[in-house]
Amino acid sequence: MAQLTLDDLRRVLIACAGENDDVDLSGDILDVPFEELGYDSLALMESAAAIEREAGISVSDDAVSDAGTPRALLDLINGAVRAA
Amino acid sequence: MTRRVVITGIGVRAPGGSGTKEFWSLLSEGRTATREISFFDASPFRSRVAGEVDFDPRAEGLTPRQIRRMDRATQFAVACTREALADSGLDTAGLDPHRVGVTLGSAVASATSLENEYLVMSDSGRDWLVDPAHLSPYMFDYLSPGVMPAEVAWEIGAEGPVAMVSDGCTSGLDAVGHAVTLIREGSADVILAGATDTPISPIVVACFDAIKATTSRNDDPAHASRPFDGSRNGFVLAEGSAMFVLEEYEAAKARGAHIYAEVGGYATRCNAYHMTGLKKDGREMAEAIRAALGEARLDATAVDYINAHGSGTKQNDRHETAAFKRSLGQHAYNVPVSSIKSMVGHSLGAIGSVEIAASLLAIEHGVIPPTANLHTPDPECDLDYVPLTAREQRVDTVLTVGSGFGGFQTAMVLHRPEVAA
Amino acid sequence: MSTPTRTVVTGIGVVAPGGLGREEYWKALLTGRNGITGITRFDASRYPSRLAGQIQDFEAKEHLPSRLLPQTDVSTRYALAAADRALADAGLGPGSPLADYDVGVVTSTAQGGFDFTHREFHKLWSKGPEFVSVYESFAWFYAVNTGQISIRNGLRGPSAALVTEQAGGLDAIGHARRTVRAGTRAVLTGGVDSALDPWGFASQLAGGLVSTSTDPERAYLPFDADARGHVPGEGGAILVTEDADSARERGAERVYGEIAGYAATFDPAPGSDRPSGLRRAAELALADAGLAPGDIDVVLADGAGRPDADRVEAEALRAVFGPRGVPVTAPKALTGRLAAGGGAADVATALLALRDQVIPHTAHTGSVPEEYGLDLVVGQPREAALRSALVLARGRHGFNSAVVVTAADTHN
Repeated sequence: MAQLTLDDLRRVLIACAGENDDVDLSGDILDVPFEELGYDSLALMESAAAIEREAGISVSDDAVSDAGTPRALLDLINGAVRAA
Repeated sequence: MTRRVVITGIGVRAPGGSGTKEFWSLLSEGRTATREISFFDASPFRSRVAGEVDFDPRAEGLTPRQIRRMDRATQFAVACTREALADSGLDTAGLDPHRVGVTLGSAVASATSLENEYLVMSDSGRDWLVDPAHLSPYMFDYLSPGVMPAEVAWEIGAEGPVAMVSDGCTSGLDAVGHAVTLIREGSADVILAGATDTPISPIVVACFDAIKATTSRNDDPAHASRPFDGSRNGFVLAEGSAMFVLEEYEAAKARGAHIYAEVGGYATRCNAYHMTGLKKDGREMAEAIRAALGEARLDATAVDYINAHGSGTKQNDRHETAAFKRSLGQHAYNVPVSSIKSMVGHSLGAIGSVEIAASLLAIEHGVIPPTANLHTPDPECDLDYVPLTAREQRVDTVLTVGSGFGGFQTAMVLHRPEVAA
Repeated sequence: MSTPTRTVVTGIGVVAPGGLGREEYWKALLTGRNGITGITRFDASRYPSRLAGQIQDFEAKEHLPSRLLPQTDVSTRYALAAADRALADAGLGPGSPLADYDVGVVTSTAQGGFDFTHREFHKLWSKGPEFVSVYESFAWFYAVNTGQISIRNGLRGPSAALVTEQAGGLDAIGHARRTVRAGTRAVLTGGVDSALDPWGFASQLAGGLVSTSTDPERAYLPFDADARGHVPGEGGAILVTEDADSARERGAERVYGEIAGYAATFDPAPGSDRPSGLRRAAELALADAGLAPGDIDVVLADGAGRPDADRVEAEALRAVFGPRGVPVTAPKALTGRLAAGGGAADVATALLALRDQVIPHTAHTGSVPEEYGLDLVVGQPREAALRSALVLARGRHGFNSAVVVTAADTHN
C-alpha cells in the first residue's frame, strides 16, 4: 500500500463526513486543527475506519482521537503503512 | 389540587436473575452479572462482553402463540408487567379500562428480531433486494414497534392512553415521567409504565464498536463495567426490562396499597450539542436536576442518594459528576452516588426503568447499592460513589438521572410520600 | 383559577409526496396532484405491491449542510428540512428571540432511519463488522429526529420522541401542547417517516394492509366501496407550537390556529366484544377543547382505505356527529399513508383549510357506501365557513388519537 497523501485524506473526509461550508479544504490545511475544519471525533473515527479498511492497517483508537491535525493523522497512518 | 402519583408495584428482568428479588440480591451484595457474549459468536467484534438475561419465556407462563408473536423485548415487558401487577395487589378486573394506560420506553425496540428476519430475507446478507416471499408476518411489527406497548395494554386491558416513549438511553426514565404527567393531568388513573430493550445482537454490538462506546475489556467480563474508575474504557451492553404500577396517590392510599415512593419531580432537557458527545460542564443535566427538584419542591439537601447514569464511558462519568456539582452545590460531595451499571451493564432504553427499580428498593430496604469494580477513582470523579459494597442507610429521597444519544438529559426525584412539602 | 395556556401554531413545514413546502403541498391537495407513483427507489418488480407516495424533488444537499448528509437517513433529512421551514415561517430561525431552554422538540417516527440501517445491516453481513458506520449508533433509532432538530437549531427545552404508528404525529402534537402548557414557550413538533428501501417497503407490506392495485388512481380509496388497502408514503410535517401569549409578545408574524383539544385512547384487545376507542378519542378531544360536535366544521379522517377500518371510523363519526352530520375528508389519498407523518400533515392541512376556508377533497374516492352515513368531500374541494376542525389518526394495533384545531381568532 502506497503512502496516504493529503489529497487522499481530503477525499476520505468528504466521503465519510461531508465538508463544512465555511472551510476551504483545497487550501493548505496540513496543520489546521480538525476542529477548525469542522470535523468532530465521529467524523475522524468514520474516516479513520475507512482508511484502515482500504489500507489493511490498524491504528489505535486513542492515537486517532489524539491526532489533532491532518499532518498528525497522515503521520500516524503512514507510520502504520510502513510497518505493515 | 395537583394529583400526586405513586409507584405501587415493581417487576424486573435484568442480568443476574429473574424477578425483583434476585435483582435486589445482586445489587445489595455488590455482585456483577456481566459476562462473555453467549447469544452469538462475538469473536469478530471489538467488544465481546454483555449483560445477558437468562430468560425462559415458557417458565414465565407465556403461551407458545405469545412466544411466537412477541419479540424478546416485548416478552420481557409482559413478564415484568405481570410481576408488577401481582406486586401491587391491584385488581385489574375492578378498574375502568378507559382510565388505564401504558407508557413503554425502548431505545432500539425489536432490533434483535429485525436482524434475525433480515438474515432470512436477504440470504444471510448477500442480497440487497430482499425477497418478499420470505416475509415473516411479524416483520411489520419489527419495523414499526407500536405492538410493544400494545401487548402490555392487552395484558392488562388498558384502553386509555398507550404509547411508546423512545428517547434513546433516557427512555426508561422518560416513559415513567410521561406516565406521571398523564395521571397528573387526569388522562388516566393507573398506568403500567416502564421500559425494555434487548439489544445484544450483531448489528447493535457493531455500531457501538464503531463508535468505540463499549468496553474492549474482553479478558475480564465480570469486571468490565467500571463506572467512575480511572481504568474505565466504555460501557457494557446489556438487556433488561422493568415495569411499574403507577397510581394516583389518594386512590392508592384508599385501597391500602403498599407505596414504594411518590414520583415527586421529573424533567428533561436537551444539550443541543452533539448526537453522541457531551460537553464537560454538565449544564443541561444540571438544569434538568434543578427543574425536577423544583417540581418536587425539595432542596438539593433533601437528596439522600443519587442513582447515577454512570455508564462507564470516559466522557459520561465526568459530565455527570460536573452536573451533580453544578446542581447540588456542596451537597454533591456529601450525598452517596452509585451506578448499578457496574453490575448489570447498560440496557440502553430499559436501564432508566431498571434504575428506578433500584432506587425504589433502596428506599424500601434502607440500603444503597454500590458501584462495583470501583477500585481507583478517576481524579476528576471525586464524589462518594459507594465503592464495592452496599451501604445501610435510611433513604427518603432519591435522585435518578439519565443521559443519552441525541443529547437527552433527564432527572427524576422519587421520595416517600410523607417527605412532600 | 387561571385559564390554561392556549397553544397556537405559528409555523408550518411540510415535506410530502406531491408537494415540497407548505404552499406546494396545499396546492397539490387542492388541485388533486397525485403523489402516488410506481416505486422508483429500487426494482420492485418482484413485490406484490409496487406503488408508493414518494417525494420526488428533494435534493438533500440543497436543504442541508454537507456535514449532515453522511450521518442522516432520508427520513431525518426530511424532518430537518421541515423543521427549518417551520422555524423560518414562525420567525424563529437564526437570530430567534427565544432562549435555548424556551424551545423543546417533540417528534414521532414509526419506522426510524430504516433505509440507513438497511445499508448498515447489508455492510455488516456482506462485508463485516468493521464496515459498519459510526453513525449507525444514532441514525437508526426513533429519537434521532428530535435529537438532530434540537442540535441543528440549538433548542434545549423539554423534548421527547413518541412511537404509536400512524397515530404518532397527533400524539407528538398533543404532547407538545402539554409541554407548552407546563411552561415551555414553544415546541417544534410533528412527525416524519420514510421506509421505502427494499427491506423497509417489504416490511410495510408484511402488515397485510397494503393495496396490491397497480393503478395509482385506484390503489388507495379511503371510504370507497372498492377500498382494498392503502399505499405507503413518506414525509410528514413539522409545526411550531407556541404559547399564545408568548407569540403575541414577540410579535409572531402569523397564527395559523390553535391546538384546542387532544386525546388518545386504545382499542380493546383483539377478540374483545368491547367497542373501538375511536369515538371516545374524538369526544374526549372535543371536551378538552370545550367544544360540542356542532362546533366542528370539518373532520380530517384517518381513512384507512380498508372496508373493516373505514366502517369503524364511519360508525364513530356517525355516533359523534349524526348521519352526514359534518363534512369529512381524507386528503391523504394523494400522498399515501405517511405513518407518523400522516397525522402531522393532516393537522397542517386542517390549519390551511381554516386559513383559506376550503376543504380539500378525498381524491380518487368515488362511491361511498350509503350505510357509512358520511358526507365525504369528493370530486373537488368544497368552500365552506370553517372555524374548527377535528383530525383523527389510528395506529396499527389499536392507537386512536384526535386533535381539535380552531381558527386563530375563535377565542378573541
